[in-house]
Amino acid sequence: MVNDLKKTPEGFSLDKTGKRIVVDPVTRIEGHLRCEVNIDSANVIRNAVSSGTMWRGIELIVKGRDPRDVWAFTQRICGVCTGVHALASVRAVENALGITIPENAHCIRTIMHLTQMVHDHLVHFYHLHALDWVDVVSCLKADPQKTTEIAQKISSYPLSSPGYFSDVQNRLKQFVESGQLGLFKNGYWGHPAYKLPPEVNLLAVAHYLEALDFQRNIVKIHTVFGGKNPHPNWLVGGVPCAINIDETMGAGAPVNMAQLNLVSSIIDRTVTFVEQVYLPDILAIGSYYKDWLYGGGLSSKNVLSYGEIPDKANDYSASNLLIPRGAIINGDLKNIQEVDLQDSSQIREYVFHSWYRYPDPAESRHPWEGITEPQFILGPNTKGSKTHIEQLDEEAKYSWIKAPRYKSKAMEVGPLARFIIGYASGREDFKEPVQRALSQLGVPFEALFSTLGRTLARALEADWCAKMLKKFYQRLLGNISSGQTATADTTKWDPSRWPSEAKGVGFVEAPRGSLGHWIRIKNGKIENYQAVVPTTWNGSPRDPQGNIGAFEASLLDTPLAKPEEPLEILRTLHSFDPCLACSTHVIDLRGRELALVRIL
Amino acid sequence: MDDDSFYSLIQRQGISRRSFLKFCTFSALSLGFGLEMVPEIVHAFETKPRLPVVWLHGLECTCCSESFIRSGHPLVKDVLLSMISLDYDDTLMAASGEQAEKSLRQTIEDYKGKYLLAVEGNPPTKEEGMFCIVGGKPFIEQLRWAAKDAKAIIAWGSCASSGCVQAAKPNPTGAVPIHEVIKDKPVIRIPGCPPIAEVMTGIITYMVTFDRLPELDFRNRPKMFYSQRIHDKCYRRGHFDAGQFVERWDDEGAKKGYCLYKVGCRGPTTYNGCSTTRWNGGVSFPIQAGHGCIGCSEDGFWDNGPFYSRLSNINVLGVETDADKIGFSLLGAAGAAMAVHAIASGVFKNKIKKATAQSPKSGSVENMLEERKDRERPKENS
Repeated sequence: MVNDLKKTPEGFSLDKTGKRIVVDPVTRIEGHLRCEVNIDSANVIRNAVSSGTMWRGIELIVKGRDPRDVWAFTQRICGVCTGVHALASVRAVENALGITIPENAHCIRTIMHLTQMVHDHLVHFYHLHALDWVDVVSCLKADPQKTTEIAQKISSYPLSSPGYFSDVQNRLKQFVESGQLGLFKNGYWGHPAYKLPPEVNLLAVAHYLEALDFQRNIVKIHTVFGGKNPHPNWLVGGVPCAINIDETMGAGAPVNMAQLNLVSSIIDRTVTFVEQVYLPDILAIGSYYKDWLYGGGLSSKNVLSYGEIPDKANDYSASNLLIPRGAIINGDLKNIQEVDLQDSSQIREYVFHSWYRYPDPAESRHPWEGITEPQFILGPNTKGSKTHIEQLDEEAKYSWIKAPRYKSKAMEVGPLARFIIGYASGREDFKEPVQRALSQLGVPFEALFSTLGRTLARALEADWCAKMLKKFYQRLLGNISSGQTATADTTKWDPSRWPSEAKGVGFVEAPRGSLGHWIRIKNGKIENYQAVVPTTWNGSPRDPQGNIGAFEASLLDTPLAKPEEPLEILRTLHSFDPCLACSTHVIDLRGRELALVRIL
Repeated sequence: MDDDSFYSLIQRQGISRRSFLKFCTFSALSLGFGLEMVPEIVHAFETKPRLPVVWLHGLECTCCSESFIRSGHPLVKDVLLSMISLDYDDTLMAASGEQAEKSLRQTIEDYKGKYLLAVEGNPPTKEEGMFCIVGGKPFIEQLRWAAKDAKAIIAWGSCASSGCVQAAKPNPTGAVPIHEVIKDKPVIRIPGCPPIAEVMTGIITYMVTFDRLPELDFRNRPKMFYSQRIHDKCYRRGHFDAGQFVERWDDEGAKKGYCLYKVGCRGPTTYNGCSTTRWNGGVSFPIQAGHGCIGCSEDGFWDNGPFYSRLSNINVLGVETDADKIGFSLLGAAGAAMAVHAIASGVFKNKIKKATAQSPKSGSVENMLEERKDRERPKENS
């Protein structure tokens, strides 16, 4: 039994005795994720194992290709946070080759990136996360009049009449009565962990539908500058969309007055939607769950942000970043550590518990020296077979995700990490919204280190980004009005002007967290390429020292109200907005039973 | 209540007959039909229950789902609430765990032969499929199981249709398009990385309305969306014909919306609706935003690059010369332009690689056009 109780270097206790519950794959996420937990006799989670269960090999596919093309390949790493990999990629190539971009290109890229942030946060909250807090079926019992009173109390958003809410309710009622429940079929409706009164549930469901409509509009900003969404165009050396506002209809140029006006109007509506719908909803829903403060995991210990939104073009130093760069270790908020992506002693990746091969299994590697060589081997204590895994063996290799570490520490990344670092840096634009929200909820600062804190930070960040959109749009207009129309620098477009060997790094704070692409170029082609993505940080398996990743840490010590319907696991995992690929079920060894019972 | 029709459902949801007719008219027009089809659509919606849909995910990036929820005509909200019954889709469904599994099992059992299977992404075949694990098992098993009793199968997007990025060289996972796994029934291919939202909902609307598959071309793509090249309806086409090209990024030509052919554009060889339907509610499309088309709805497009080489640089006869001539002379001589165009549009549709096979004869226009004809001849069983 001694072997079943472990203390990790970060100070978490892991206990493998008790029931093993397997959730595979987890739905309402991006990609394929498996989660296994052990619960004790009081149904509290005592051990957690998270496994990324898909691999596509894009790092190998881009080898030998033209570095100017690679944004298109890497953008296909994700169609949900679309664009962020492309941005990391063009920045990596530009960093390697010493290419600078014009100020307008910087404004346009920033507008596209901020648009992505707001869009992703909105869709994540309403369509991937809200149903962990909102009981759709309960809203059928709501009094629309009361919903209106609540809505009008928390927001000045105009769509809040009793007629509006009763229309939504009526539509939903008929939908449910049709017997074809579609997306809402077999949800955990009526689960004891749902705490909202029917009226607030109705408010949330109405906004679920409204956000579904609204998200279509936000992305039109990408369509103007990048031609489509998902997967807009990008370009090494700037942006491909030329500006022409003085000829008839812009003479067919991508950026003309009509398109700029469209962008401007969408930005205004985005600010309104976030201020009047998203933020008030988070605070209203949060106020019913402020006692549910599980899921903090690594957030009170180790958090990391590469920083983002350079104020001036081409300056990626920490002092020029509007979202601060830094790392906090062991919860020491007074001591913000510097982050240098080129320093091979800081960020390194292990594959000890991942389905990859390194020459030396115990070593770690900086991404510039990274190797991605698949090796699918299951541990000796795996239950099941190679093509029917019933239970993973976390002592061996158990995930397609590598384990990145910053100064040997597992780190949490994402909106909460960014807000903690912004707060600790004393930045008013991060500190003030956090303090205001916490005081509105009536919870102490420590409440931030929780599942709810993660969800709140995302909403605060959407608001920050929406307002920043206005700033960069104004700057773009100012540039154009002063006669600057350049959008691309082509002086180093031709590979014959490149050095025979070069290496670079591009970083982005993506919606889900810190994203880095490391590139090595030789004779005009890609020699090596490594991406360390936010979910690689958060969803990492253990390392040789036994440090656990953010997903695993966050699940520990959470009680499950009904283990056969592990809503709380989804609630916390979703708060990270996992980016793997999607599908879920609690599987079982014996057909229909729900949880595996394994006394080890 | 299972046989509730679409119309009775939305009627009880408080939607007026006028709005319903408007919706039907919109559907007809967005599908490329005339107004004479409206009554048929109305009739279909008045009498049919919602179509059960199972949507599976293999190796993919979820861009197809993201594109799908951008649909404006019809609104995806209406598709989900009133047109189809999306009984299983792990990206959006509320259920999880055993409850989600149950939804899948129930749909397959209750609607044997009646549900539509939509597949986004594709199965890897190396490592016994374990590069994509769902419920501890290879995705390819789930795919085969769900395909067996489906009424029809849609390969959403380029991953499912042709393999897309993970199948690009050297295809480390052995990813294959789904028609290489499901061989006993037709797979409707909707290529695009991702497909345009209204193309996706348009296909669904068509199938719900007429209770049959749309007419498909020799590659099993719906003709209504994939029978024209982007180049055919490109708003920059006049500049191509006039020999006016963007020579480098952000030059005067770029600011005037000239043709992007010389900086790399696969519009002449790409069959898709981008230049007509456009993206995100008709706001723009890649070429309109200043970048060449990368040909994302064509088979194997990732390996047809580099993207910034004009097609002529990939060793396909003489177009480079012709395009340059036109560019320099600024004659815009109709004859020369048409010659270029004939080559660009007709010839390039072939897989370039094959078209440039080293045989001395293969360089001629005649041979290449011949080859194209062969390629396009309808195959048996398709």
